[in-house]
Amino acid sequence: MIYNDEYETMPREALEAIQLRRLQQTVERVYNTVPFYRKKFDEAGVRPEDIKSLDDLKRLPFTTKQDLRDNYPFGLFAVPMSQIVRIHASSGTTGKPTVVGYTRRDIKTWSELMARALAAAGVSQNDIIHNAYGYGLFTGGLGVHYGAETLGASVIPVSGGNTKRQITIMKDFRPTVLTCTPSYSLHLWEVAQEMGVDFKRDLAIRVGIFGAEPWSERMRQEIEDKLGIDAIDIYGLSEVLGPGVAVECIEAKDGLHIFEDHFIPEIIDPETGEVLPYGETGELVLTTITKEGIPLIRYRTRDISALYKEPCKCGRTMVRMARVTGRTDDMLIVRGVNVFPSQIESVLMQHEEVAPHYVIIVDRQKALDVLEVQVEVTERLFSDEVRKLQELERRIEKDIKETLGISCKVKLVEPKTIERSMGKAKRVIDKRQI
Amino acid sequence: MKVIQISIFLENRAGRLAEVTKTLASANINIRALSLADTSDFGILRLIVDDTEKAFKVLRENGFTVGKTEVIAVEVPDRPGGLAAIMDILAKENINVEYMYAFVQQSGKGAVILFRINELDRAIDVLTKNGVAVLPGEKVYKL
Repeated sequence: MIYNDEYETMPREALEAIQLRRLQQTVERVYNTVPFYRKKFDEAGVRPEDIKSLDDLKRLPFTTKQDLRDNYPFGLFAVPMSQIVRIHASSGTTGKPTVVGYTRRDIKTWSELMARALAAAGVSQNDIIHNAYGYGLFTGGLGVHYGAETLGASVIPVSGGNTKRQITIMKDFRPTVLTCTPSYSLHLWEVAQEMGVDFKRDLAIRVGIFGAEPWSERMRQEIEDKLGIDAIDIYGLSEVLGPGVAVECIEAKDGLHIFEDHFIPEIIDPETGEVLPYGETGELVLTTITKEGIPLIRYRTRDISALYKEPCKCGRTMVRMARVTGRTDDMLIVRGVNVFPSQIESVLMQHEEVAPHYVIIVDRQKALDVLEVQVEVTERLFSDEVRKLQELERRIEKDIKETLGISCKVKLVEPKTIERSMGKAKRVIDKRQI
Repeated sequence: MKVIQISIFLENRAGRLAEVTKTLASANINIRALSLADTSDFGILRLIVDDTEKAFKVLRENGFTVGKTEVIAVEVPDRPGGLAAIMDILAKENINVEYMYAFVQQSGKGAVILFRINELDRAIDVLTKNGVAVLPGEKVYKL
């Protein structure tokens, strides 16, 4: 189902005209209200009136998470505090948290985009939504909540944790939609099993909308098979909005439609900052074009994706982004392919026989780059059959190839043999002599 | 009727095997039988020892990846065709052997074959019914 037919299926030309107008207004506004942007634009020698076409977007400087931290907490807000009605923040695992503020209109926009996302997943006002995203500073819980109410569905604000009670609620209240992180959905399934509750037989959930962490096609298969539901990928980040920036449609489940009447996406080469053409993999950069509280110009998400503009069978004209497979931190280039350790990590996380301790070794043999991933086995799942361990190596190699598009060699090593370091782990050894 | 075998995951690097045997020696543990399966990257050392629990504990304490696996020990007459007769029984029952290894008893009564089989209970049942001597663990550890 399409929630906002007018915008979601708008011809590209009309959509791009709206984008340009909104971009110009945003650039004008941040230049005049946020000293940070004025300084950056001046340094780059670009003025608001230079933005004459969407193509001119690339003349504007990037904004990074560090910029948000440097202006902690409210330095990038573009409106006085009296107009801010809500504040969220991301967890600051590697420094200060990043803080975002929403005006009344921002909350309305967010609610509509989340309602669109739910509708794209096949949810309607007849559904009951079990919302197990955390409520609080994290945008997941409240984001889905407001979208559900805007759509007119019934929402159970169960939040995260207390998994057994969640199963009981799902059994008794009979929600039809589950919203949480993909890994938590599998945890719910496991706990349900322990309680003798079968998702397919005893619960009414038919669709799940999962996000807030990278996951894979393989994990989708697992979730769909175990829970007996359709599993839909949703994308968002608190700096830009929260959940509801992009979502898959249930018709295709092939790429996430970005709500382009509110955001302009770009894919860039994370090394050079150069804008890449459609279809190429790189870092997703988002510009908000309607946000009032904290507009972001060319925000570097650090998420790896690609953009596709082929029409989708659901009828939406909005561009699709590929499922996020990793982060740009610590990027490597192997045989011309960008490889991100976090992509390899996300593959390893799907195999419980190995520990998330790994090291990537890149070497050059006869002018050819070779990639080896050494990973520690876990004692818990140790098999004494050579064949099974070799099968495990091949399985991980195959998954890495599917994720990265590059072949590698996986080598199992003994536990605790990979060097641990305090702080950031050393994941990559580059032996190439170039 | 099952025998507990200790399995150790070993990376292929010089001296690693020596570290295992040294660890067992200093704990005064005697090795009854062993087999080493290897690939280009890693090996798995399988051991039958006189004190399984103690061996498991000291190896683990010394940082080895140790597993315990149930195997069965079968006494085979030390003459041509001795093993063939047993393999024939398993084949007829369609029981698949994952791996096996053998050692000869000091007393010279016969050979002992250790089998790793997924359908362990059925194999014990079939072999016993066919008059094959399946040795209990206690006996094997003390051989």
